[in-house]
Amino acid sequence: MSTCSTTSPLVASAELPKSADGDPVFAEPWQAAAFAMTVRLHEQGVFSWSEWAEALSAELHKPGRKSDGSDYYDCWVAALSHLVEQLSITSGPELEALVRSWQRAAEGTPHGKPIVLENDPLRRG
Amino acid sequence: MSEHHRGHDDDHGHHHHDNHFNDVEARVKALETVLSEKGLIDLAAIDAIVDTYETKVGPRNGARVVARAWSNADFADWLRRDATAAIASLGFTGRQGEHMRAVFNTPDTHNLIVCTLCSCYPWAVLGLPPVWYKAPPYRSRAVIDPRGVLAEFGLELPVDKKIRVWDSTAELRYLVVPERPDGTEDFSEEALADLVTRDSMIGTGLALSRQAKP
Repeated sequence: MSTCSTTSPLVASAELPKSADGDPVFAEPWQAAAFAMTVRLHEQGVFSWSEWAEALSAELHKPGRKSDGSDYYDCWVAALSHLVEQLSITSGPELEALVRSWQRAAEGTPHGKPIVLENDPLRRG
Repeated sequence: MSEHHRGHDDDHGHHHHDNHFNDVEARVKALETVLSEKGLIDLAAIDAIVDTYETKVGPRNGARVVARAWSNADFADWLRRDATAAIASLGFTGRQGEHMRAVFNTPDTHNLIVCTLCSCYPWAVLGLPPVWYKAPPYRSRAVIDPRGVLAEFGLELPVDKKIRVWDSTAELRYLVVPERPDGTEDFSEEALADLVTRDSMIGTGLALSRQAKP
């Protein structure tokens, strides 16, 4: 990303893993998805930069973090979950139920087929 | 490793891991679901953002690995023997500890990677896979008719050049090391990395020639 492009200030998040060019790097697709959702919510004014920074910082400073920083995006996802709950976009129990539903959907999906929420047997039933 | 990996079937044990979401993966999917239901995100916008960041960033890691191998014979040798460790030495590691194997193009052999069952991909060095990599036509045809697939990518290989197709699994991912372009003897490692495209590390392309350097 060139320096003149209009990127979200989220790119300036604390400790964000970056390439030599200063762009965010992701080890796995879910990390990019979590990052992108956050960028989008911020762009739409769902939360401000300072609200996000505070939520992320709280997670990053919890005890028990990995010393190599490899759990950075786990913290990111936890921060995003808390923030959407705090903003009453969803409730904790609703989100937890969906997490488990996606896990059942993954287990219930034949190999090589895209995993969709409808594959959760409890949801179909 | 046999030369071709036809006849994979669906009970192939390697792929069991692919249909499992760990807690954080499931949480991301749950957030996607809830936020799109509320109209706060749309998946197309998310894909666009991922594309912006990821397609530009990810393959640069792999390009650095290839450029190092081109300019440092010891590193190339290490990469050939233990790609996982050699790649990790540059700071690129898969989160789930999947193993890497580097396959080197030579004057008589061209390598191509595919995942016939799902879309296993060397995330750590190439970022997110392009859409066509995940699409059924590429996945099925790359094994049956690799020469035809390459031709569709605009890559016409000499008929006497062998094509080896490597089928990725959840545990073992491949990285193609393309041939070093002619006339680049005086190039720095950084300049070499600029010649290494994502497609050249999948095998659907070649490294750029020195004239084509962007």
